[in-house]
Parts: sequence; structure tokens; C-alpha cells
Amino acid sequence: MKNAVGREIPDFLLENGKEVYQGKNYMDGKYLQKAAPKTRRYEKPQESKIVESLADALRQCGAKSGMTFSFHHHLRDGDFVVNMVMKAAIEELGLEDLTIAASSLGSAHDPIADYIEQGKVIGIQTSGIRGRMGEVVSKGKLKTRAIIRSHGGRPRAIEAGEVHIDIAFIAAPTSDCVGNCRGIGGKSNCGSMGYAMTDAKYADHVVVVTDCLVDFPNMPASVEAIDVDAVVVVDSIGNPKKIASAAARISQNPRDLMMAEDVAKVIASTPYFKDGFSFQTGVGGPSLAANLFLEKYMDERNIKMGWAIGGICGPMVEMLKKGKVGKVIDVQDFDLDAVNSINQTPNHFEMSASQYANPANKGAFVNKLDFVVLAALEIDTGFNVNVLTGSDGILRGAPGGHPDTAAGSKCCIIVTPLIRGRMATVCEHVVTVTTPGDCVDVLVTDYGIAVNPLRPDLIECLDNAGIKHVPIEELKEKAYSMVGRPDDLQWEDEVVAVLEARDGTILDVIRKIKPYSLEND
Amino acid sequence: MIPRPRPERFRLRRTMMFMNAQKPGLIKDAYIYGCDSIMLDLEDAVAENQKDAARFSLYHALKTIDYGDTEVIVRINGLDTPHWQEDIRVCVAGGADGIRIAKCESAQDVLTVEKAVEAAEEEFGVEKGRTLLMAALESPKGILNAYEICSASERMLGVAISGGDFRKCMQTKPTRDGIDMVTARGMMLIAARAAGVQCFDTVFTNLDDQEGFEAEVLQNKAMGFDGKSLINPKQIRFVHQVFAPTEKEIIQAEKIVRAYREQSAMGVGVFTVDGKMIDIAFIPGAERTLKLARACGLWEGDLV
Amino acid sequence: MEILKPAMAGTLESSDAQVMVEPGEDGIELTLESSVMNQYGRQIKATVLETLERLGVENARVAVVDKGALDCTIKARVECAVFRSCGKSSADIPWGGAVR
Repeated sequence: MKNAVGREIPDFLLENGKEVYQGKNYMDGKYLQKAAPKTRRYEKPQESKIVESLADALRQCGAKSGMTFSFHHHLRDGDFVVNMVMKAAIEELGLEDLTIAASSLGSAHDPIADYIEQGKVIGIQTSGIRGRMGEVVSKGKLKTRAIIRSHGGRPRAIEAGEVHIDIAFIAAPTSDCVGNCRGIGGKSNCGSMGYAMTDAKYADHVVVVTDCLVDFPNMPASVEAIDVDAVVVVDSIGNPKKIASAAARISQNPRDLMMAEDVAKVIASTPYFKDGFSFQTGVGGPSLAANLFLEKYMDERNIKMGWAIGGICGPMVEMLKKGKVGKVIDVQDFDLDAVNSINQTPNHFEMSASQYANPANKGAFVNKLDFVVLAALEIDTGFNVNVLTGSDGILRGAPGGHPDTAAGSKCCIIVTPLIRGRMATVCEHVVTVTTPGDCVDVLVTDYGIAVNPLRPDLIECLDNAGIKHVPIEELKEKAYSMVGRPDDLQWEDEVVAVLEARDGTILDVIRKIKPYSLEND
Repeated sequence: MIPRPRPERFRLRRTMMFMNAQKPGLIKDAYIYGCDSIMLDLEDAVAENQKDAARFSLYHALKTIDYGDTEVIVRINGLDTPHWQEDIRVCVAGGADGIRIAKCESAQDVLTVEKAVEAAEEEFGVEKGRTLLMAALESPKGILNAYEICSASERMLGVAISGGDFRKCMQTKPTRDGIDMVTARGMMLIAARAAGVQCFDTVFTNLDDQEGFEAEVLQNKAMGFDGKSLINPKQIRFVHQVFAPTEKEIIQAEKIVRAYREQSAMGVGVFTVDGKMIDIAFIPGAERTLKLARACGLWEGDLV
Repeated sequence: MEILKPAMAGTLESSDAQVMVEPGEDGIELTLESSVMNQYGRQIKATVLETLERLGVENARVAVVDKGALDCTIKARVECAVFRSCGKSSADIPWGGAVR
């Protein structure tokens, strides 16, 4: 069945009330029955929840084959915890048929690809997948279909019981002996622990893994001891160098700067750009650089940003400290400047993934956003964006908060170079639709700006400000005139991953890619 | 194949941005930053053992990439190298708008290049005289011979000083106030104006010193340069800003051109605008101001 | 042209391609690696073969490692490698003739 973004969704996926994507805000006003976890009572006073090893923690939580373990990705590419837990479960306890439900997975988790190939890990649910794991899933090695959800879609699915977490593992930079966790004060600091919060509330069992045990009580706690079954102290939960870079620096790449300037121009041309406006930007080159130019317009008009959300890095903290932005609310930190600021700098707060982006709760921050500036691997002439699959059809990306912020914000700006190497970023059809075109408003490239025809109001704003823009088809043709028209990717019928829209409907599917051979043509 | 219009000897050249002709990622679309001319470099940016490869890249870039209104000039290797003849062949065959002669020291150097260009135009069936020339003055001798160089050929569009080599010859270093090169710049400017060609200043290489860069550009403008060579797109904006005419200048120029057209239609040669006496001698300057204003996006009229 | 000795042109930088030619005996033996294989493999192969044909190369082993180069770059790298293999890359190139 074709969905609202024109993707063919196989009927066999539409079981148990699953629907295809129907368009933005389709689920608005409907009711949701939340799922409750089954948790163990700890009535007797306890000295400590510390156990000897991960294996002991797994045993204590009744780990068995077929279970779902959850993880969060604040340690990013420096994370050791996923591999360490899966190794203990599979190699020490001999468990099989396990499912990993993570807020994101990256190349740090390459070893898990082996467990997939061995059939020990049979399910993956995540907001991002890269490296070898993406390759093996794309090759159809995972026994079940992977499920990809946005950062807002994930807590929605957890709360709705669509993902039942048997054991949640919390990678904690610091914890006390009963499991009050914080993202700072240790040796592998990550700042915000926002993606772990829903897991801790909805999992049957919660295990804290830390490399820095601190005195009780570790306050204010991001994950609270009231939800924690066991604490395991390990040598190291991650590689600090890969957890948070020294400082995210604003790009000096002239192409990025040129696009960033246009982004700021577009923002300044809209009626939403007024004192107290709200803003989120990605950390990619041109997205982050938009901050710099936006500040100039803010100064010129003597206005301040009310609040900013998202993954946070140094330049935004800098603006907070300078008083250019009122509040920063933070679900994840990308550099040490942000890590060292959260809950320290006044008005720099932590939030959960649900509070950030969940479309099924009653007040996610994304729904109050004026502007979001985002990158894209591809964007097609229907303004549909792909941030998940590469030009070879292999899973190597992350919807992350992209679809949530795009849907919630009043003005969603995609900024990307027209071509990358020989890849046309602006194309006829994206490989995978990760953010539907009805949520995307403006495209800024190094070859020109295009506005979604669904937004005549924004077209008028740009015209009034004298900002040139062209139909998106023109940008696509320009791209193809440079790189040539790409051949269509060749797929098998087998669906290896299902991409859920943030509301839980099916937005797209990823099929197994046919091995490419030059001799076939 | 992208057909390019016949190059104009006199056009706006506020910014000429250097690009290594050997780097595919750079040359594919250097024009997007809005510089007036790009300077594809076969000389210093290309390693000695890659001169051949750079020519193949250059040829196909010239033939396939649509540079639009951006002028495309190629810096060829010096006449004391084994490369310059083949450099000229590829420039002409590829249809470059102009050739920058490195280390030019005499009118003879210009004529030597001109002869080779003519032969190449003949060989590749290119319209005779199409390919423009400009000279880089990099030595005291070049500066002293600036006038004969500037007036050596009808193809000459202008001269540029090349600071790095010139300072070496003079045993000086860049100074904040530009005193190290002020004489050479001045002599070159006088020669260029006397010969009726354009004149461009050297690159500013310290990308971290924006203040120094801006000071130099302001001095360039004050001295009367037509433009400047650049090494990074981020330098373009400031040069264009400085070289843009002021609002007052634009209004004045528009009045002069308009009044001149009306008065001369009635047979009047001398008249006043805002109490100032104006005759035909003011017209080229006023027209230049309006063209510049249009290029800077400050004026949308159709008087010029 | 006859491939006389092994020669190489280009780099492994993004947007470039590295082309290696070696003498061969039985037609053109092409190996191609590309970062954009699925979408452009066919076109890159066609460009390489066309370029070789235009240069009159009939027997050669050709290895292309493409890092997302545009067609114009692929042509330039193949031509340079071929002319280098004949020791003729530095002068009197037939611009607009066999090289076009």
C-alpha cells in the first residue's frame, strides 16, 4: 500500500493495527494506553546495589534468551558499554535471540555485527545505525527486521509498549552505590543523559554501568536510584576522546559559511524572527555556522533568542553565557564546553528524549520550536529528506531528532551542498524517506535556495526580503547536469528494516540491496 | 561543451581568486562564491611532476564546467621553464578567457607569449585575438618596465604585482602600513593608467589576520587599484564591499549620465549638476561607477 | 596508443580518481572501485572505455579507484596515465583531437 509520501509499504507489515504514514499530525487527539513495566520491590533497607560483574547483574535481573536490552548513545563513538554487556550476555551467560533497543548505534559497535551474523542478536531497534552493523543489516543478516525510529518516536514506542525493555543498561559517567546517575563528575563525562530517562522508567530491570563511583547521594540525578536494580563498576565505560570532542568549532569552510549566511538571511526574513524566538541547529558544518550569522541579525535588530534545544555544543553555550539566549534545554552534549556547562551555567537544563521530541505526549519542546536548521544526505523534489541510507542503499545514518524537529517547528530549514563528490544531494527520489516533505519548509544549498510550495507565506517573506529562490526542480537539474543522472539502486524484495514515522505509522522500508556487478549491464 | 562569450578586455575585476588547477574538488565550481575572475593556477600551486596532469584537468574543466559570468584566467608557468608553451596550447584549446604571464620582466616577454598564443589560436581554430593577456610583475625589473609591458599588446588587460617574489628581491617583509611595497605599487599603477590597462594588487596570505587584510584592501582602494588577487573565498566579500561605490556616488553618477544624455541631445556640451560644472570628461567615470554599483547589487537602472 | 610502461595519474582524495595503466595483451582489462559504484559504476566504466578508445588504446590493464570524481576528472586522469605510459604527457598533446 502506498503511503502519503508515495512509498510502497508491503501489506504483511500492516498487522496488529499498524498503519502506513498518512501525513503530518495524523494521530493528533487520539488516545494512547501507556504500558507499565513489571518491577521488583526493594522494601528492605539496602547498603548498596553494587554487584561484582555484568554477568552477575544480568543474572540478578533474570536475563534470558529472547530478551530485549536497551542502551543510550550519549557516549557516542566512544561507547564501550553496548559491546561489554552483549559480550557478557552472549559469551558468559550463553544467551541467544537477543534484541538491542538503542537510542543510536555507531561504528563503536562494530563487534555486534559478528553477533548478528552468528544469529545471537536477532533484533535491532534504533534511531541510528552505522558502520559494520549497518552493512550486515542491509545484507539481510539480521533474523528479524530492524526498526528505525526517530528520537521522539522511540520514547513514544517505549511508553506505548511497542518496545518492551526487559533490561535497560545505563552508561553512567558517575553513579553512587544505589544507582543515582549523573553525566558529569567522572572521567568519561557526557553531560546530559536525556535519552536514558524513558528507558529507566519503562524497563522491567535497570542496570547502571559506571566507571566512577561517587558518594551517596549523587544529586541532582539524571537517572534515579528508585528505578535501578543493580550497579556495576567497570574500568572504563568509554573513550573520553570520542565521547565529547574538545570543542565543536564553527566551520571555516567557505562553502559552509556561505550557506550558513543564507540560512541566517532566511531566518531573519520570517515573522518568527522576533525577540524570544526559539531555535535548534544541528552540529554539522553549515548548520552550526548559522549561529554565527544569526547573532549578527539579532544584534542588528536588538533581539534575543528565548531558548534553544537539541544536542548542544560550545557555540550555543557561548551565546547563553553572553546573554544572547535565555535558556538552553539539552538532551545530549557534543563537546566538552557543553558537558561542562549543563546544570552548571544558570539556565542550562537537561531534558529527557520524551520531553524533547515525543509526538504522543502533551508538551514536547519540538512543538514550540520556531526554527530548526538541519542537514541532509539527500533531499528530493518533494522535499522529502533522507538521513539514513547512503547512495549505495546501505544503512549508514540516523533519523535522530530530524523528523521530530522538522514536524514540530514553524520553519524547518535544510542546509546542504548541492553535490557531495559525485552524489547529487538534491535528487528526484531519495533512497529512503526519513523526514516527510510536508515537514520541510526551506532548502538552502551552495547553488541556491528553494522554498516548499506548501509554504506560500514563506515564499512571500523571502520575496519581500529580496532573497532569491528557485524551484527545487531547478536545483535538482543543476546537480544532475554536474554529476550525471544516477542509475536506480537495485534491491531484492526482502525488507531488512522498517522505518517508522514519529507517530508510529510506517514511513518507508529498507530492502536488501542487490550486490552490484559491473558485468550485469 | 560550454560555449563561452568572447572575453572583454575591460570589465569588472575586483576579485581574482587563485585555484589549484590540479584539484578537481576546488575547480569544479569555484565561481559560486561570486568572485569576478578565477585564476586557475598551473604554476606554483602545482608540483613540478604534476604539471602534465594539471593540464589534462584544466582542459576538461574549461570544456565542461559552466563558469557563467565569471572570468576564467589561467596562470601559466614562467618563460624560464619547460612548461609554458604547452600551458599556452591547453589554455587556448580549452578556451580560457585570459592568460597570466608569471614573472614578466619586459615587453619582449609579452610578445613571446603573444606569439605562442597566436600560433595556438591558429592551431585550434580559435578566433584570433580572443585570448587576453595579463602580466604579473614579480621583480624590480618588471616594475621598472611596467609601462612597456602594459602597452606591449592589444591583448593586455592589466598588470598585477606579485608580493612574495617581489619582496624577496627587495629583501623586505610585509609591513602593516604597506611601506615595503608602496613605491612599486605606485609605479605599477601609474604605468597601468598611462597605458590604459587595469591594475591589481597581490594576495594577502595570512588568513588569520583579517585586520591586516582589511587594512591592505582599504589602501588598495585608496591607491586606485581595480582589484585584488585572493587566495580564499572568504576574502571576497570585504573587497567587494570596499570597492563598491557609496550611495552618494551612485546618485551623483546617475544624475551626471542622465543630464549628459539630455543636454547633449540638445547640443549642449557643458552644464551643471548640483552646482558643479560637468562636461564629457566626467562621463566614463560616472558610467564606471554605475556599472560597478550594478555588479555590487546596489543599483538596478538601465542607463549603462 | 600503445601502453609501454606502467603509469599512474590522479589521487585518492575525495572527488578525484586514481588511474593506473599497465601493458596488457588481450584487450582492455578494467578493474574499477568506486565510492559511488551503485549509482555511477556503469557510467564510469563507459567513460573510461570511451576515453581509451579515443586514445586508440587497445591492449591494457587499467585499474581505476574512484572517489566520487566527475566525468571530466575521470577522463583527465585516464588520459594523463596513458600519455605518461608512452612518455608523451608533457608536450604536443592533441587537445580537442584525441583528447576532448
